[in-house]
Formats: sequence, C-alpha cells, structure tokens
Amino acid sequence: MVAFAFAFLAPVLYSLYLSLFRNQLMGGNQFVGLANYSAAFTDPKFWDGTGRVLLFLVVQVPIMLAVALAAALVIDSGRLFGKRFTRIALFVPYAVPGVVAVLMWGFLYGDRIGLVGWINEAAGSQVLTPFSREWMLVAIGNIVTWEFVGYNMLILYSALRTVPGELYEAAAIDGAGQWRVIRAVKLPALRGALVIATIFSIIGSFQLFNEPNILKVLAPTLISSSYTPNMYAYNLSFLGQQVNYAATVAIIMGVLTAAIAYVVQLRGTRRDS
Amino acid sequence: MSITRNGRIAAGAMAAVLAGSLAACSGGGGGGGEPDEGATAEEIEAALEEGGIIDYWTWTPQAEKQIEAFEKAYPNMTVNLTDTQGAEEHNTGLQNAIAADKGIPDVAQLEYQSVPQFQLPGQLTDVTGYGLGELEDLYTPSTWGSVALGDGLWGLPQDSGPMALFYNAEVFEENDLVVPKTWDEYVEQARKLKKSDPDKVLFNDDGNGPGTVTSMIWQAGGKPFQVEGDTVTIDLADEGTTRWAETYQQLIDEELMSDITGWSDEWYQALGDGTIASMVVGAWMPGIFEDGVPDGDGAWRIAPMPTYDGTPVNAENGGSADVIPAGADDKVLAAGFLKWLNSDPESIRVFMETGGFPATVAELGSEEFLGYESEYFGGQKINEVLAAGADDVVEGWSYLPWQSYANSIFSDTVGQAYLDRTSLLDGLSEWQAENVRYGEEQGFTVDG
Amino acid sequence: MAHSFSRPRKSVVLTLLMAGLVVYSLAPLWWLLVSSTKTQEALADSFGLWPAGPFALFDNIAAVLTYQDGVFVRWFGNTVVYVVAGAGGATLLATLGGYGLAKYRFRGRSAVFATVIGAVAVPGAALAVPTFLMFSQLGLTNTMWSVILPTLVSPFGLYLMWVFATEAIPTELLEAARVDGAGEWRTFFTISLRLLAPGIVTVALFAIVATWNNYFLPLIMLSDRNLFPLAIGLASWNADATGVGATPVFHLVITGSVLTILPIVAAFLLLQRYWQSGLSAGGVKG
Repeated sequence: MVAFAFAFLAPVLYSLYLSLFRNQLMGGNQFVGLANYSAAFTDPKFWDGTGRVLLFLVVQVPIMLAVALAAALVIDSGRLFGKRFTRIALFVPYAVPGVVAVLMWGFLYGDRIGLVGWINEAAGSQVLTPFSREWMLVAIGNIVTWEFVGYNMLILYSALRTVPGELYEAAAIDGAGQWRVIRAVKLPALRGALVIATIFSIIGSFQLFNEPNILKVLAPTLISSSYTPNMYAYNLSFLGQQVNYAATVAIIMGVLTAAIAYVVQLRGTRRDS
Repeated sequence: MSITRNGRIAAGAMAAVLAGSLAACSGGGGGGGEPDEGATAEEIEAALEEGGIIDYWTWTPQAEKQIEAFEKAYPNMTVNLTDTQGAEEHNTGLQNAIAADKGIPDVAQLEYQSVPQFQLPGQLTDVTGYGLGELEDLYTPSTWGSVALGDGLWGLPQDSGPMALFYNAEVFEENDLVVPKTWDEYVEQARKLKKSDPDKVLFNDDGNGPGTVTSMIWQAGGKPFQVEGDTVTIDLADEGTTRWAETYQQLIDEELMSDITGWSDEWYQALGDGTIASMVVGAWMPGIFEDGVPDGDGAWRIAPMPTYDGTPVNAENGGSADVIPAGADDKVLAAGFLKWLNSDPESIRVFMETGGFPATVAELGSEEFLGYESEYFGGQKINEVLAAGADDVVEGWSYLPWQSYANSIFSDTVGQAYLDRTSLLDGLSEWQAENVRYGEEQGFTVDG
Repeated sequence: MAHSFSRPRKSVVLTLLMAGLVVYSLAPLWWLLVSSTKTQEALADSFGLWPAGPFALFDNIAAVLTYQDGVFVRWFGNTVVYVVAGAGGATLLATLGGYGLAKYRFRGRSAVFATVIGAVAVPGAALAVPTFLMFSQLGLTNTMWSVILPTLVSPFGLYLMWVFATEAIPTELLEAARVDGAGEWRTFFTISLRLLAPGIVTVALFAIVATWNNYFLPLIMLSDRNLFPLAIGLASWNADATGVGATPVFHLVITGSVLTILPIVAAFLLLQRYWQSGLSAGGVKG
C-alpha cells in the first residue's frame, strides 16, 4: 500500500520539486522559489490554452454525454432492432488506438481525397472545412466524441440495468408513460453514473493532448504548440527544454482539474442524499 | 502523416538538457568543448589494423554495404550497425543514450542543423586532435562549415543537399510554362498556372517547413542567426530574409500555393498527379521521388534554383554529418572509422552507387557521377544540375543552438502568416521575439 | 431482465436514429478496412470508402509481417509483454489497494483518498515528463521496465476498485469472517475475491486497452525500435515517409492498424459478459 502510494506520488513530488528550480542551457540550475508559478499566472499562452479546454469542456462534454445518455436510454427501452449490435458498434471506437483514430479521421477530414472533399464536391461548395481556424476545435471535439461516446453510453447503460424491476412495475401500475418513466425512474437511477462520467470527461478535457497533438502534424498552423495546457507542458519540456516550467504548468493544471472534479463530485453526491 | 515527427524531435531535445545537467555527475558525458587528446594518423591506422568493435548509429540506407567494405579493408574490425531509420528517431535515441550515459555509440550520424545543438552542451568530440582537420579540402565549403563550428571540428560531412528546382515537365508543357530562372519569373509562372488550371499549383507549403524556409532565406543571402560563443544574434529582418519574404509574400497573397501537409499520403499523391507542379528541395530528393511517387515517373525534371538576380546562388537543404559523441568508448577506433567512412574512395563509391548524394568535391566532379542518366527523370543527367548547385552555396550560414525548439514554434508564428495571408515579415519578427526571449531564458546573451 | 413485464413495440424511427449513430461509429473503421485491401497505388488514387484496384489484403498482411525482418511480429510480442506485465500488475495492485482502502480503517485514509482523486486529475502527459526524468537518472529509459513500471500504477483502476469494493463486499460479511477466526488473507481469497471478480475483469480490461493503445509513454521512454509496442511502431512506419531517405509505406501502416485493432476488439467481445456486469454491479453506482 505504501509502495503503491509512493509509486504515483513520486512523480508528483518530483514535479513539485522541479517547479521550484530553473535550469538553463547556459548557466545551469538554480533555485527560484515560486518564480515559475508567478510566471505561469501571467503567461498568455498558458491562459489561452486553458481557455480553449474550458470552451471544449462546456461544449463537447455536454454534447457527448447527451448523445451517450440518449443512446443508453434508447437501447435500454428495448424498442430497437439489433440492440446488441448497436451496443457493440458504438463501443468499438473506444478500443481503437488514438494514433489509428486520428489517422482515420485525418483521412475523412481531407478536403482532397477524403470524405469531406467528396461531400464538398457533391455539394458544389466548401460546406465542410474541418481544417480551418473556426472548425478545428469542433473537428477535434468530433474525434473525442467518436472515441468516447460509446464508452459513456455503456457506463450509463450498465447503470440502467441495475434499476430494480419493481420500480418499473410500480410506474406501470401508476400508468406512467415512457417519458415519465424516464424522468421519474431512469434519470434518478443514473445520477451516480452521470456524475462519474462527467468527472472523467472533465478530466479528459483538461488533459486534452493526443488528438490535437497528432492532428497538429496535419494542421500545423491551426494547432499551436500551446493549443492545450497539456500540449504546452509537453512542448515546453521536450522541445523547449524548460522542464521546470513545464512541471509548474502541469501542477497548476492538476490542482485546477482536481478542484473542479471535486466540486462536481460534491454536488453530485450531496443531491444524492 | 508523420505522427511521431514532432514528438521524437521533442523527446530528443529534452534528453539533451538532461544530458547537459547530468554530465556533471555522470562523469563520462562531459569533456566537450576542449579538444580531445587525440591520436596521430599512424596510431589510428595501427589501432584499426589491430582491430576492435565499435557501434555505429545511422539511418543511411547504404550503411550496411559501407560497413561490409570497411570490414574487408580492416578484417579485425567489427562494426555494430544500429539502423535508426530516420533523423528524428535517431536524435531521440542518441539523446536518451547520452542522458542515461549508457549505450552511447562510437560514431553517429547527425543532421547538419542538429550539430550545434549537440555540440554546444559538450556532447560531441572535437576531432581536430585526430588529424581530421587536414581533410578540409576534400569537402564542399558549405558542408565543412556545418561541422567546423567555433574553434573545433565536430565531425565529417557525409552527404549534402544543395537545393534545386524539381518541376513536373508535363504540367509545364500543358500549361505553357517556362522553367523560371529568377524568382520573379517563378511567381509569374505560378500566376499563369493558376489561371490556366486552377486545380494545380506551382508551389506547396504547409506552413510548417522551417527547414525549407531557412534554406530559402539562406539562398536569398540572409544570415539571420549568428553564434559567437554564448552570444547569439538574431535578425530575421536582414536584407536577405526580407528579400525572400517579399517574394514569398506574393505566393501567399495571391493564393498561388497550396497547403497540403508535407510528407503525407495526400502530398505524395499530389506530387504524382501533377497537383503540385514544382518544389524546391535538397539534392537527396530524387531517390524519394523514385520510391514514393511512382505516378510521376518520366514527368519530373530538375532545374537549378531560381535566384533573385539570375546569377546562380544556392543553399543547403538537409544533409548530415557523422560525429563522435563525447561519451564514446573508443575514440581512436571511432576516429578511424569516421575518417574511412567519409573520405575513403571505396566508401563514397558504395554510398553513391545506391543513390547517396556526396559532400566530397572529387566525387561531385567525377565524370561517372555527372554523366548518370536518370530514367525516372526522363533520361536527364540530373547530377549535372544538382552538383553544379553545390558550388554556389552561400557561405557563412549558421543555425541556432536551439534550432529544434525554434523549428517547433515556426508554425505558431511564421506559419500564421500563411494561414491568414498576413505579413510574413510580421510573422518573422514574432518568431524572432520568441527566440530572443527563449535564448535569454536559457542563459544566452541574445542580440536581436 | 430488469423489466420484462411488458415487451415494448420496436420503433423504426428510433432504430433509424441509432443506425445513424452506428454508421458514425463504424465509418472510419470501414475506411480502414477497405483501405487495407488496396495496394499503395490504389490507396492514393481511389475513393477511400469503396474497394478499388487489385485485392491486396493478403499481400499487405504478408508485407506487414515480413517488412524490416518481421519487426511487426516483434512489436506484437512486445505489446503482449507490456499488456501482461503492465496491465496484469496494474490490476493486481489496484485490486489489493482498492480493497485495502475500502475495507480497512487506518490513519490518513482521507488523505489517501484526496491523493488518489488528485492523481486521477493530474495530466498524464505532464506526469510523463518527470517520470522520464526520474527514469533516466535511474538508467531505466529505453528498457522494457520504463514502460511497464509506470503502467503498474493506475489511479483510475484503484479508484474503480475502491468504489467497487465498498459496494460489493458487505463489511458485515468480513466481520463475520473475522469473528470466525479467518485470517485477513484467507478472508480475502475465499470471500472477497469472488465478490470482486466482475470488478477485477473490468479493471483488467480497461488496463489492457490503456496499455495496448499506450502511445505517449513509450514514445518518450523508448528509442530502440526492437522494444516498441505496436502503436509506436505503426507511428514510426508512418513517420518513415518524412525527410531525407523517406520510404513511404502507408499501406503497411493501414494494414498494420487493422491487425492491431483486431485482438483488442476480439478481447472486448469475448469478455463482454464479465465487464458489463462489472460496470453495472456497482463500479459506477457512485
């Protein structure tokens, strides 16, 4: 147990330690106290990336969870042909490695030989431009949604399966219609699972890294090296050799994420009791 | 889509810092900067005769055959080859090995633009003490200039990449274009092509080509980066850089170029079907055309780089050297192999036989080389054009000691000008400001 | 079945809506599958969502398996090692840890809880950097350990097991066992483990996916191609199309991707029953 705590605490502590120093190519390592933190708080690149993931958070997460919830309810309603197949098909993207996922979407987004190019040609104009300043974040959101909607659906669906049959019978006796059953029985039963799914989605949004980082190769001018805080930290340390500052950014993001996740959980559980 | 491209450069670069900071405690990694004790040519020769084992890291496709020849010349020598597949992965591996002070090769390939980055933190051996400085006359001045930095000599040139204009002759013919001699003519052809076939472009740049852009600034006579000890001067608004930017600005403003991601499958396809009708790139490109663009067989030709006033001027694009890391085990044997690899006629013959583009003056001027007729390029004697370019490379260019970081923020700054069709000079000055800030943070004295 | 009291009518509209969602989910995979049957040339020339050119799937598979002296097979083997050691170990540790946290009271428990939540929240990519630094100081980079050790630690798995153990194992049951004089280990193996089984399978499966698809960590830790897992290996083939000495092998990347996805999808399908009950039986009841 102690070893376990130590194993994931060590990197965190090491980051904390690193964040108090500054190492230069010329001039070596020195203790700088909280200077890295004060630098981060006034760093426009950092806040730019943070703003972007917040925007992503308030748009993509609700959409994804709403689709996942709707899908879970529909599948659970039993009014579907090919229920088993649907469930699996929606879930399969989760098992696809991020590298491969971006490879595939990169093709579909291509406006020359890709699906988007084909649609635009059929429509006779540039209706879809995923690789543009306006739509890039949406395009990333789409990939993330694609990857995780089935996963969230499954979590919610699994929670629905635990609703005791008596509740439905009681509702049926009361003459409750479909919508009423959903509102009075299913949604309350889903609250716990929704809180969990929300927390993990929030964390995922804050950690947004793989998709933009891999797509950056396809759209280098649209996705900057500080597009998300995580990419910023990564580029700072690996390309900019500013390991200490990167550790600082990582810690601030970690604290911020933990705080928000904690608030969501508190709210979720308080309403539960 | 080269997914790992940025990541690998990145990982490598970071390991470099580490290596720098760890060198002090690891002991083995330090020692760069001061010339090595060295050995005389006789001592090296004797050591090679006696034999031993060395490790060599490279992504040169010809390496295996070169080693065969080496081991034939020195039967007691064994060279362990690690094929690192590509420059980025190679750098990562090398940096990691240096950082861990474990498994450092005796000889390693290194791109010219990466040399300062390894050299500055003291990770390379100054090979002057091994008598390799005497080989200067064998190489073209520009490649020599890429390994002779400061007071030391940090390796030997392996190949070179003088630039040339590759163009699709079929597209040129169909659209009545002439092969441009000057950049003004080039822009003119680009306009003409856009008018006669809007689906095609003369030029492609995805806004993430710091390598191409720095080479083109180099060709325009710009010297934006100057390094003198730990003082770095950055001037991305000097005469040459401005000259390049003004020409390029026209291509951007008038939408005369496409932005297909370089090296993606779409890009290869666009080269094959004529969508991209020309490119300027280093002399190492023909082999890639043959392998990667089968559809372009017979259509492509090579012409000298367009210039600003019509007189031939050129720059290097890509190319690499071989170096001895500071932490190498057996530097005497390493120096012997390094020397043989990059100066022995047999080694260079093998290298060229399978498509390598040499850095040595003698080979670049040999009749056999110049007389080669490339089937892919419609029987053109391509080496005549490419080799001629090597003579015209502007001297005095240098890269930044943090070139990989600079390259990583290129698309954030200069690249934005491509995207928004705004001023390249503004983008360049932003790039400069970021680099100044970064250099100062890293403890350099930066003038810019 | 939870509510089999009345069999609802099947709805065509709902089915169509869901079919749209299914198409959305599968279309990219369809592209991948179609593309894997094409030659390199047909890949570039033809429309992606429809087969074209000679049917080259088997040639492609053979090429993938033999390219660069069969390095793909090696990557596959490496991935299996990482999955067995990394995901297996992670599951074991998460099970023991989650169980311990859920069922034993000790000082500082709430501090541990806060730490775990914090650890889940700290950006993984950011942690990778200090981890890399630590490892290179220890001389562990570019070894299999550098990939296996960090994957052993799964805050998410720990969290899931913790919640699951709290719900699935009634404390009274454990107390009864203790009263009966059963030792802690015996209690664990005879009673708890059985109750925890669905949770374990779930955690294991998610750990397997995470390890199988792990990209970032091995990317920075490994430089020796012989140690690569599949995801990195494929990306490196993809990157081979770049720069001096470029050798584009996009058809191999695509066919390799198909071969990479297949086992993981198969594992999910085969183990479906277990992990579904694992998820529903309390792991996410919150």
